[in-house]
Amino acid sequence: MMSTQNNFGTKNADADNSARIPLIELSGITKSFGNVDALSGVDLKIGEAESVGIIGDNGAGKSTLVKVLSGVYPATGGTMKFRGREVRFNNPLDARQNGIEMIYQDLALCEDLDVAQNIFLGREIKKNYGPIRVLDNKAMTRAAAEDIANMGLDFDVEREVGMLSGGERQMVAVARALQFEPSTLLMDEPTAALSAEKIRKLWEMILELKSRGVSILLVSHRFTDILSICDRIVVVRGGKIAGEMKPNDHPPAQTMAMMTEMMTGDRISKEAGA
Amino acid sequence: MKQLIELMNTKLWGRGASAINPGLVVATVVVFIVLCFASPYFLNAYNLVNVAKALVIVGIAAAGETVVIIAGGFDLSIGSTMAAAGMLAAYLLDIGTGVGPAFLAAIVLGICIGAANGTLIAYFRINPLITTLAMMAIIRGLAFVISDGREIIITNKTWLSLGTGKWVGIPYIVLILIVIYLVFALILPRTTFGRYVYAIGSNPRAARLSGVSTKKWQLAIYITCGATAALAGLMLAARTGTAMPAAAMGFELDVITAVILGGASLKGGRGTILGTAIGLILLFMINNGLTLAQVPSFWQQVVKGFILLVAVLYDEIRSGRSDDS
Repeated sequence: MMSTQNNFGTKNADADNSARIPLIELSGITKSFGNVDALSGVDLKIGEAESVGIIGDNGAGKSTLVKVLSGVYPATGGTMKFRGREVRFNNPLDARQNGIEMIYQDLALCEDLDVAQNIFLGREIKKNYGPIRVLDNKAMTRAAAEDIANMGLDFDVEREVGMLSGGERQMVAVARALQFEPSTLLMDEPTAALSAEKIRKLWEMILELKSRGVSILLVSHRFTDILSICDRIVVVRGGKIAGEMKPNDHPPAQTMAMMTEMMTGDRISKEAGA
Repeated sequence: MKQLIELMNTKLWGRGASAINPGLVVATVVVFIVLCFASPYFLNAYNLVNVAKALVIVGIAAAGETVVIIAGGFDLSIGSTMAAAGMLAAYLLDIGTGVGPAFLAAIVLGICIGAANGTLIAYFRINPLITTLAMMAIIRGLAFVISDGREIIITNKTWLSLGTGKWVGIPYIVLILIVIYLVFALILPRTTFGRYVYAIGSNPRAARLSGVSTKKWQLAIYITCGATAALAGLMLAARTGTAMPAAAMGFELDVITAVILGGASLKGGRGTILGTAIGLILLFMINNGLTLAQVPSFWQQVVKGFILLVAVLYDEIRSGRSDDS
């Protein structure tokens, strides 16, 4: 068994072992938009509590891949297994019901709704008034305030999201993803709008989640993001997996060079498992 | 101190997407006071009841339109739906159908028109303005074709009493309006339907990614508008005692003006039923003031158009997005 260690120093000795019992297993996944094949036969396994970084050039298919996993795009072909059971996600709700949460690049928040309303959108807490079921706004506000406080933040959850700063909005998107104790967290360029301090805080939270058994799939064009938290790096090129590697198997400079070569097609190899 | 003022504002006007614009309330009070001094007839009970009766028909349709506009949509077919519903009920009463079935049939017709609008907008992704403009022409045209342009006189006494009857001095139709507004005021902030109306209007993509079945809810939203428009048409037919294919022509202007004046944003995501109620009161007080001042009805039309433009301009400035374009 191999021990891996990320840049925050968190040991993840079971990463290899968990990868053998995949939480998510994609086999031959394809996704076409008309005549354009965005994904053409993707095979990928994500283990319990594993953090996988997806990297690739613009148009490589990395965002399409996470959108297939999150149910935004139903796959055109191939099979997807979740905990060994074949699943098909036709919409984001299907993915969420399997504990797969996503933090979108544009955050996908309703600016006119308040923080609590955004966090619970689509999964509102309700209570009964006789035969009528109504929203339990107080319970949602209370729970959202607890979430925000647990994240070490301090802002009014009854404020409209449109009134918050970019960093605060990002944290609302994170809080929404974490509210229902996900098994898998998908993130598409989550640091795009964040300051260095906020990025550090986000990675701390992600590593804390990982230590609680949550699997992470991170799409980023920033090598440093990937190297910070990922046990394994998957390079996507032309809608296919171009290669994989483990960041701690090589010095960072060499890992970055190898990733670049895989992205451009100069290197076609599978470092991991080779 | 600042927090205390913020808390007081929140308690008084609400907050976020469902806040009432204090400016609207002030404008309504100012217009009321001005009219009280400007005309000795304004505060007359007979005049006020007439204003309320005129307001009711537009008000019922405006409740549904408020929901559509908060959800980022638009419905121009309400006037035609009102006429068609009134015609259908009057025809059924004329051939001896009971009041209940005639009433229900007209509401079902409104629901069907709303469902047609909703299906085209949500599932075929046709622009709401174009869809409902086309529906406005289709329904109005069909009402003329089927009736051969003739009006139907309603003689059913039960039906007519709906439009003229009173309970402790308050006309039934005013009571119906109050009940509808209370129901909508409870539904919008406290039910899944209400929450999704705001979410879809604010960011339909975010709502969809959060697992909200946006198409299904959009359909429900247009059905609601169709049903309230049909109810407004029934109230109009009950009040006037006739149903005409040309009834409620141009009502869209009053309805949409009241909704926008009441603070609903054409960009979606914002608005309240209480705001629409205040917008209605303001609009009809101005109308009444112009009538009392003997301003010709054509000029009243011009004034209404200006009010709508001012309300839309205010919405643009408030949302701070006018500079983006």
